[in-house]
Amino acid sequence: MNSPAPGAISRLEGIVGSGVLTSDPGRLSAYAIDGIAPCAAVQPTSSEEILEIVKFAASENLAIVVSGARTKIGIGLAPRRYDIALDVTRLNRIVAYDPGDLTLSVEPGVAICHLQRTLNEHGQFLPHGAPFMTRATVGGTIASGVEGPLRQMYGTARDFVLGMEFVTGDGVAAKSGGRVVKNVTGYDLHKLMIGSLGTLGVITKINLRTFPAPKSVRGFAAHFTHAADAVACRDGVVTSALRPMTLDILTPGVAELFAGDAARRMEPNELPGGLLSRDGWTLTTGFSGNDEVLNRCESELRPMVEGAGGTHFCRIGDDKTPSAIAAAFGRIREFVPIALESSAACTIMKIAVLPEHLEHAVAAAKHAADDHSLRWAAVARGVGVIYVVLFADANDEKHMKCVAGATNRIHEDCCARLGGNSTIPWCPSKWKSSLSIWGPERPDLPLMHKVKSVFDPQGILAPGRFVGGI
Amino acid sequence: MDAKLLAEVQRLLGPDNVLYKAEDLLLYEYDGSVEIGRPDCVVFPQNTEHVVSIVALANRFQTPLVGRGAGTGLSGGALARTGGILTVFSRMNRILQVDAQNQRAVVQPGVVNSDLSAGVAHLGLHFAPDPSSQKACTIGGNVSENSGGPHTLAYGVTTNHVLGMQVVLPTGELVRIGNSAVDATGYDLTGLFVGSEGTLGLVTEITVKLTRLPEETKTLLAIFDRVEDATETVAELTARGITPAACEMLDGWSLRAIEAYIHAGYPVDSAAVLLIDVDGLREAAAAQAQQVGEVCRAHNAREVRAAKDAKERDLLWKGRKNAFAAVGRLSPCYYVQDGVIPRTKLPATLRRIEEIGKKYGFEIGNIFHAGDGNLHPIVPFDPRDKEQFRRAVAASDEIIEYCVAAGGTITGEHGVGMEKDRLMPLMFSDAELELMKRVRNAFNPAGLLNPEKIFPSKKGCGEIHSRPLKDAPSEVSVA
Repeated sequence: MNSPAPGAISRLEGIVGSGVLTSDPGRLSAYAIDGIAPCAAVQPTSSEEILEIVKFAASENLAIVVSGARTKIGIGLAPRRYDIALDVTRLNRIVAYDPGDLTLSVEPGVAICHLQRTLNEHGQFLPHGAPFMTRATVGGTIASGVEGPLRQMYGTARDFVLGMEFVTGDGVAAKSGGRVVKNVTGYDLHKLMIGSLGTLGVITKINLRTFPAPKSVRGFAAHFTHAADAVACRDGVVTSALRPMTLDILTPGVAELFAGDAARRMEPNELPGGLLSRDGWTLTTGFSGNDEVLNRCESELRPMVEGAGGTHFCRIGDDKTPSAIAAAFGRIREFVPIALESSAACTIMKIAVLPEHLEHAVAAAKHAADDHSLRWAAVARGVGVIYVVLFADANDEKHMKCVAGATNRIHEDCCARLGGNSTIPWCPSKWKSSLSIWGPERPDLPLMHKVKSVFDPQGILAPGRFVGGI
Repeated sequence: MDAKLLAEVQRLLGPDNVLYKAEDLLLYEYDGSVEIGRPDCVVFPQNTEHVVSIVALANRFQTPLVGRGAGTGLSGGALARTGGILTVFSRMNRILQVDAQNQRAVVQPGVVNSDLSAGVAHLGLHFAPDPSSQKACTIGGNVSENSGGPHTLAYGVTTNHVLGMQVVLPTGELVRIGNSAVDATGYDLTGLFVGSEGTLGLVTEITVKLTRLPEETKTLLAIFDRVEDATETVAELTARGITPAACEMLDGWSLRAIEAYIHAGYPVDSAAVLLIDVDGLREAAAAQAQQVGEVCRAHNAREVRAAKDAKERDLLWKGRKNAFAAVGRLSPCYYVQDGVIPRTKLPATLRRIEEIGKKYGFEIGNIFHAGDGNLHPIVPFDPRDKEQFRRAVAASDEIIEYCVAAGGTITGEHGVGMEKDRLMPLMFSDAELELMKRVRNAFNPAGLLNPEKIFPSKKGCGEIHSRPLKDAPSEVSVA
């Protein structure tokens, strides 16, 4: 790895000021990615400062990795170069909020939970059931492309991000979209920013559509002996007239994980006993609406569960028992953080398949885990997204080989055989070079290189971290 | 046009799939906008291989190439502004796959929007984007323009329903982007291509999401004696978090035009109506209908009618969807804008539009997607009167500038095309336009595909009002 030119960091300090930059190794270690620490970290307070920093980095060919609360900084390959940590947590203003228009403009460093509290005061919310909810920033959540259980009804960030401002890798302050709910003016460049891990630009502002918060909710859980039965029940729900907000299937291993200390640390509300099946499969689903609507959902759901061979059906909770709702749905939202918290040697795959392949994909994960003697657990969303956790006993070579074998099998089954997508967003750092983090190469990779070369011609933004080493 | 090129095109596609005589080309020199652009030839590919070979030819002969669906567009996006080959996808109109279990369909670009919804209705599904021209417009065109429609208020626009596509790049490569499963790995190229107005590639296959039809739809017609009461109703519905499936406004001028043509049952003596759909579970739709009714009445609605059956509902919607055709009976030509404003600004904006109409001597009609804040002010003019056309454009520009100043945008669903390229500096800096051009050039390096669209040919806001007036169109098509 090249070191920055001598004096570059002090020249940068001269530009941004000493209150903004640190080169103290003790503090820099917090910004390390896969064992690589930057030479400096900057905490700008305005988009103008960000522009200056990126321009300087471009002129000196310094590599930048942007971060927020760093809850998802592990996603992606190790950076090829990493000179400056660009920490945007001080850009934490809600720039504009028009409750009457249900639109919002925020800086990237705004904490998601702070934003949700502000919206709640106006009876609104952002329907992004983002993991790491208590700490994550809006910018990090959008840039890392994570999703959540509410997508069953509300979709993902690409469905409610209205526009963005950003600074490209060659120091151009740009924007796309706007702050109105309908807009086809110019290219939707902000769509490219979502999930791009900061490899195309530094996001300085995000415009979002907000939604009326559901006034009344009710959640349900159903137990099944076989995965096929749980999936059949999922099919029944989505082909019915019901419109669930969430719809997830939990594997037998999830009950134990959710009952553990790690889960309690991430989501303190006590999970009611017996809610999740320990030896079978659990389907959870949530609905919103008035009492009449919720009663109808409950009365139609029960026979669907029974018809699919369900062994148990219960109400998780409702508005009168918010802690039960938070305990269950909060844990499902925080499945990944809970798994990471429970074991340093866990590897998490994200798989997306057509809903009809949910059962096959989950079976593929189970076989791959069993054949490599790995403990596993998974949460499968009704839309076809599955998070598979593979627990290794230790963070060493022997276990790495098992995980590599299992993840390669899952990639092969889910991508080549089932036509889906799979990646490994989280694994122990030192395994990254041995695992197929971004999954099999896709045919549109050359187009992604073209996009990268437009936004970051010198390759200074998180170089090497993204798909195909972009 | 180049005789060699013509001979090659005819050899590749067969003479039946190529038009080149002046009288044939006339039919393809316009779309739903007031713009004109005559191609040198029109080709009708039958399959993806044809498209690949057309792109190769365009490259060999360095000839401009423009894609086109049904030509219902309202911004000149599918016009051959600099001549060349106009590639019309109307014969690539097969629904290749309907996958009810996964709620997906794979279609060729020439499939007519409403044909897809009609083709999957028996499965309890539909394709949610529903432009008013849906009985003619194609899904390929919808993808290019990122089209909207009345029901996109609750269901989202085209981009929210497209998962992936097969594209022939201007450089000739055939590529697949996105995937039928959600969350395709890597950059969201699908999100970039949808709405790129045919400047990045020619789409030959589209994978879309299908949406379950609601159990119940209730259609309400709220009748107002004052325009302000209608616009304030919309602002309050939004503020109270009541999101109907559709919320359209038609003013008195439009109602009278429509009623004379469609006989939809609209009250011709009112100042405005809101046409509102609420849908979902029976119980949810009933509750929302009641809430909507309360807000309408609180804002002095003279009457809130509920369509009593599907026939009455269809008739009310037929009036809305054929509104622009109806206006064509009143005026030989009209200029329709597509600005968007924050919904809280709706009452003030409608007042401003009226003032602008008075200033320029027009009675400006308003038929629009009120729930989204997406305006369609209609300025009727006589195309034989060049001075009047000039005033119609000036009035429309002033409305658009007001929209932008109110925090809105210059186009909500019609696209920039060649109609609004000169207005782009209202929205974007030179540096931002340059970045977007670099994106275009990365995919379309020789600039052969849909040249001179989206981006202003001259720089600077000073140009905005000095648009060189072309001959006003001699006829107008209706979207």
